[in-house]
Parts: sequence; C-alpha cells; structure tokens
Amino acid sequence: MSANNKTVKFSIYRFDPEKDKKPYMQDYSLEIPADGDMMLLAALKELKAQDPTLTFRHSCGEGVCGSDGMNVNGKNRLGCITHLSALGDKITLRPLPGLPVIRDLVVDMTQFYEQYEKATPYLKTKGAPPVKERLQSPEQADALNGLYECILCACCSTSCPSFWWNPDKFLGPAALLQAYRFLIDSRDDYQKERLENLNDAFSAMRCHSIMNCVDVCPKGLNPTKAISHIKTMLVDDET
Amino acid sequence: MTISRASFDAIVIGGGGAGLRAAYQLSQANYKTAVISKVFPTRSHTVSAQGGMAASLGNVEHDDWKWHMYDTVKGSDYLGDQDCIEYMCQAAPEVVYELEHMGLPFSRLDDGRIYQRAFGGQTKNYGEALIRRTCAAADRTGHALLHTLFQQNLAEETNFFNEWYAVDLVRAENGAVSGVLAFSIEDGEVVFIQSKIVILATGGSGKIYKSTTNAGINTGDGLGMALRAGLPVQDIEMWQFHPTGIYGAGVLVTEGCRGEGGYLINKDGERFMERYAPNAKDLACRDVVARAIATEIKEGRGCGPKADHVFLKLNHLDQEVITKRLPGIRELSKTFAHVDPIKTPIPVVPTCHYMMGGIPTNVHGQVIDINKNDSQENIVTGLYAIGECASVSVHGANRLGSNSLLDLVVFGRASGMHAIEMLNQGMDNAYATNEALDKVLARINRWDESAKNPSQEAEGVAELRSELQDAMQAYFGVFRTAEYMEKGLEKLKDIQVRVAKAKLSDASRVFNTARVEALELDNLMEIAMATAICALKREESRGAHSREDFPKRDDQNWMKHSIVFADGSYTSRAVNFDPKYVEAFPPKERVY
Repeated sequence: MSANNKTVKFSIYRFDPEKDKKPYMQDYSLEIPADGDMMLLAALKELKAQDPTLTFRHSCGEGVCGSDGMNVNGKNRLGCITHLSALGDKITLRPLPGLPVIRDLVVDMTQFYEQYEKATPYLKTKGAPPVKERLQSPEQADALNGLYECILCACCSTSCPSFWWNPDKFLGPAALLQAYRFLIDSRDDYQKERLENLNDAFSAMRCHSIMNCVDVCPKGLNPTKAISHIKTMLVDDET
Repeated sequence: MTISRASFDAIVIGGGGAGLRAAYQLSQANYKTAVISKVFPTRSHTVSAQGGMAASLGNVEHDDWKWHMYDTVKGSDYLGDQDCIEYMCQAAPEVVYELEHMGLPFSRLDDGRIYQRAFGGQTKNYGEALIRRTCAAADRTGHALLHTLFQQNLAEETNFFNEWYAVDLVRAENGAVSGVLAFSIEDGEVVFIQSKIVILATGGSGKIYKSTTNAGINTGDGLGMALRAGLPVQDIEMWQFHPTGIYGAGVLVTEGCRGEGGYLINKDGERFMERYAPNAKDLACRDVVARAIATEIKEGRGCGPKADHVFLKLNHLDQEVITKRLPGIRELSKTFAHVDPIKTPIPVVPTCHYMMGGIPTNVHGQVIDINKNDSQENIVTGLYAIGECASVSVHGANRLGSNSLLDLVVFGRASGMHAIEMLNQGMDNAYATNEALDKVLARINRWDESAKNPSQEAEGVAELRSELQDAMQAYFGVFRTAEYMEKGLEKLKDIQVRVAKAKLSDASRVFNTARVEALELDNLMEIAMATAICALKREESRGAHSREDFPKRDDQNWMKHSIVFADGSYTSRAVNFDPKYVEAFPPKERVY
C-alpha cells in the first residue's frame, strides 16, 4: 500500500440462489487515496471490476433514480450519495430489509410497487380539461413540494416495522406519501374516493409514527407528517 | 433452438419520457402495448433532467412558436431538419398542456399559469433578446415528467416488462421489423417478443465518454441494435458537452442556474462570456459556452490548483431564488462539490451530456433505411425511434437546452399516433425465419459460452469499457483534429478486436448484471466507432463538432447529414429546408 492510500474494508451480503444454499457475508478491501473522498457506489463499482459477480442495482449516480437503496452499517441509504468518509473503516452492506432477496444486494420490490399502485398515484379528474393549463396558485403548487419528489428507492418502507409486519395490508410510507400528494392536489376531483380507498384499520392507520422513514429518506422528505394528515382527513371525513 | 415467445400489437423499448409517452398513446387506444425496460421505468435517465421544457406558451411575455423554431434552427447550426423542427415547436404548447392535465406538478406564476424561465439560445423576435420560454417544475422537471407519465401508464394499464434487457431486433425477410429478442434480468430467460410495431426509445449513449452527466444505463442499446440490424445512424459525431458539469463528479448543474441569473467566472473573477457572446452572454448556446470555458482553461485562466475548471456564480442571487427555483442544485452542489451555492460558487467543467445524432427518422418517428450504394431512402415497416436515440433531426449539430424533454414528448406522441393509424389500417405481423432468430441469438450465446468456458487470455468487460471511454475522452472531446482523431480511431479498432474476444465472468442466470454490461459494451463499441468515423469525415466546424484543423463551417460541402453503418461504410443525406407553414430559415453566420 502506498503512503498516500488508505484501505477501506467491506463486509458484503452475498447470495446467489443458483449456487448458495444460504446467504453469507464476504469481505472485500479497497485502497483509496488517503486525502480524497469517494461515494459508496463508486467503491462498489471498483469492487465489481475486481469481482464481476458482485451484484447491485445502480444508475444515475446522483440520488435521483432511486436504484441503489441498500442497508449500510444498519441504516438504509443510497450508495451514490453516501460518502465513504461518513462510514468509518469497516463498512457492512446488506440488502434493504424486509423484502425477498433476489441476489446479493438486489431485492424483489414487487410488494413495494404493488402498494404504490394501490395508492392510485395518478391525477383523476371529471369532465374535459380546459384548452390551456388548469390554474393553480403558487401556494397550491407549493403544497405538493416535499411529496412529489419521492424517488421510490424504498429506503423508507423497508425501514418501517409496520411495513415489515403487514406488507400486504399497510401501504407503507412511500405509497402513502403519494396517496397524500394526490389527495391535496387542487386539480384532483376524487378526494372522497381516495379517502374511502384508505379507510380501514391497516392501509394508513398502521402507521405508529415511529419515524424511521423520516430518518432514512435520502431526499429529506417526511412521510410520517403526510400520513398524519391523511389520518386527520380520514377522521374528518367520517364526522 | 426453441425459445419462448410473446406477442403484442406494439412494444416500446425503453421506459423514459419518450417511451412512456408513446406507450400511453397506444394503451389509451386499447392496443395491446408493452414497455420493455432494463430498469424500473422511473429510474430511466429522463428523471435526471432538471431545467425544464421549452414551449411558446407566452405565460411571462408574448411568444411565438416561429421564434422558437428560428432559435432551434439556428441552435442546430442549420443541420436540423426544418420540417421536423417546425412540427415540434408548433406542437410544443399543446403537449405541455397535456402534461399539465395529466398532473405534472409544474411551478406556477402568481396568476396560476405555468412558470417559465430563460434558457440558452431561446429568444424573442428572431434573436432580438432572451425570452422566458422554458416550463419548469423547480429544477426537477425530468423527475416530475417521468413520474407523471409512468403514473398515467399505470392508469391505462400498459404492460411492463421491467428489468428486461432487449438484445437485438429481429427482422423479417422483407426487411420489416418482426420483434425483439429480450431476456428477463431476474431469471435470465431469453424470449422472442413479437410485435407489429416496435418503438425504440432507448435514450442516449454518454457512457462512451469517461466523464459524462449520463446515467450508467445510457449505453445506446437502441443504436447498437439498429446498426447490427443493418440500419444506419446519423450525425453521430455530434456530441453535446454541457458547460456546467460539477468538476470531478460529472454531475449536471442545470443551465436554468444561468437562466435565473447565475454566471460563469474565470480565475480572475471575470465574467468571461461577455467576451465570447456580447449579447446572450452566459445564455449563448451550449456549444458556444462549452468552447469558451475550454478556451479559458487552455489559455491559463482556469480556476483551482490545476487551473482546470471555472466557477458558476450564484451567490449574488436572492437566497429565495435558490431555495425555491433551484433546490435540487443546492443539494447536488453540497453533496458532490461540498459547496453551498448560496455562499460559494460551484466548480464546473464541460462534460459530455447529450447525443444529437441517432437513428434517422421522419417526422412520425418512422425509421429510415438508406441504401449504401445509391442513397435511396426507405421506411422500415413497423419500426420507430424516438427521443435521444433518434435523429429526427430536430437538434442538428447542437441542441438547445430544454428542447430535449420537448422532443421526447412531441415525438413520443407523434410515433404513438402514427402507429395507431397503421394498426387501425389492419397492419399485420411480419414473420421472421428461424435463421433470422438464430443469427440474433449468436451474440448473446457467444458471451454466455465465454462465461461457461472462460479462457485465460480473454479480457474482462470492465477494463475494455474503461479503455474505450478513455480513448473517446482523449481523442474526441470538445476540440478535435485529424491527427489526434486518427490515433483515436486506431485505438478503437484495437479495442474492437479485443471486445469480440472478451469474456463474461459470471455464469449465473439470476440477476446477472455482468451479462447486461457485456451486451452493453458491444453497443458502446458500435457507437464509439461510428462517432470516430463520422467525426473524421466531417472536415468543418459546425455546432458541437469543432475541428481545430477546419475551424469554419463549410455549407458548400457539409450542409448534410452524415450517415454511417456498422461496417464503416459512409454516405450522406440532404438536410430538410422545406417547412410546411413558414419560409425556411436560410443559413447565416451564428453569433450570440
């Protein structure tokens, strides 16, 4: 090792169902410049150049496509916007918790996407649209800020104990964030139906404000707050 | 060999903005439509687009689609086809309103209409002064657009083959497209997906360069498929270097920063764009600004210890402009440059950003085949190309900022509408022979075999890809000369021979990303070679193609599209100067 380099050690969850009976942790090490910093994803790409079988998703490299959510030293993060310097000398990588593992750090996100679809995440309107744009005041548009920016990385839902327990019945923070985004869009005409869709003991109500979702969201969004607004709307709707 | 088959009325390869807009159109018309995407659609590269999309809504000041057309023609350095540019600019307001009706969360003006900002090269009254034409959702317009289109496709129940990789086109004996060979990344199963309509929407190929704002998935798969199917690509030497990629990271910083009042400075703190473009200054076209930065650096006025970048200054703006209009930029600057633009300028450098060239198409997105010998043009029945993988051509030699999101949606819609018309007329499947299928299977079989019986001397994918990217970066950058490019071409030829013998080092069928990367490397190789050939041939400077040995534009000899095939054969096509509703804009000297 040259004087200007330092060694970072990794312990990475490995599992290929074609050849492994059960998962195991594999050690890797990487030399990086002592004075520089590096993103976790860049380090993973270098490890993959050494070992092409190491498997993970990635694409944009700037925290906006949501592909590389993973559990890093116990916390869900995006590899591409996590600096190695924030992670200490030994880095443990596991797949996002609570979803079936396909291979290594790649999880099966079917359940997560199904919950997203259950939230009917699209604008629904009555009657023909105007010739030009629908008008929205800057305040009405601002109400969508902090909601529409979700990148569907699943860091939040897979850190949520309620989602772990009832992944089929509780929609989870990501889907509920989108449910709220359309509930409060001034252009949507189906608020009542949207609330009915959520009005049961599980869909939204299973959120116990544990706030893991807020803690891990790489975009700084606040699903817990959105869910509490939904709960209020559900209660108001009944009275 | 027998493989599974599936069948659709229409398949769209690629789940970005163009592909999803086309799929939406077809699904809405109740045709059995499938999107094949190598990533979950909202992870497509459209998601990274920041600044917005141009349309002459006139929400801030009076505007006219003809002015937009003029700007686009001039921006293209007169290599854009004027019939197609006219179509795009005229359709722009309508497609933006459609997106608003679909729920896209646009930023708003005080009167409730869509917010519009200034962007490079977008002017009023045929170049008189800058205009605010770019419709924006803060600085996350691509994200807002992509998610909205995906959501609308969910509502229309489009079929999705997510995390499926399209390997190659399959053509019938008469040349019509029969379908595509693809495999599920999750379990490795190869399937022949047959379809009456095949729409390529595979995006760009910035990954041929080492330093790029492009996502890892931007490997030009559609262009590789077209070239291997015997079809040409057009104007592929035209690569846009975005003036403001974050130094060292390559991450994009939107031109919208300059649209909101930011500007570039050199090491002396000088606003140097005033020297290069006295009128438009920092909002001149991207090729002009990128060359200016490269020149500042070359002449020793760059910033930092290596004098190898410049600064983008935003800290004179109202804090609210940054927090409200450019929140994503602030986030990226903090993460990748360790600076808060409210306080400190952002270090930036020109970075490969966009592929102006692509698969030649007409105004409906139909792919055009060109006869190598007599240059005769023929439509490929059933095959369309849209978005960045296509060369319609609306961008010519240089694309205007905020015209690419527009291109996606306009031609996504146009191809969908045209395909529906074909299907309505009773278009049928074109059947491929088993030999045609076997031919296409050969490439993936070679890679799979190389994993099963690895040879010691065969090289791996990662090293070869890295060499290819280094060669493109070194020899085919912002400034080009024959001497240098010839060296680059020799290098690429050497790499090409080695790629053909390279090995795949993972034999698993389950989520084998190494297998995907190997197939992608073939595509990068095709596009790098095509770029090198066309860049050497074009002995002039036009738009993004800047030859130090031929510094002037040469309309006499080079006002034409370059056309190249996989075997290296080269020809050209005329540029269209025949718009429908206005007089063509004749070529003029391009000053900003």
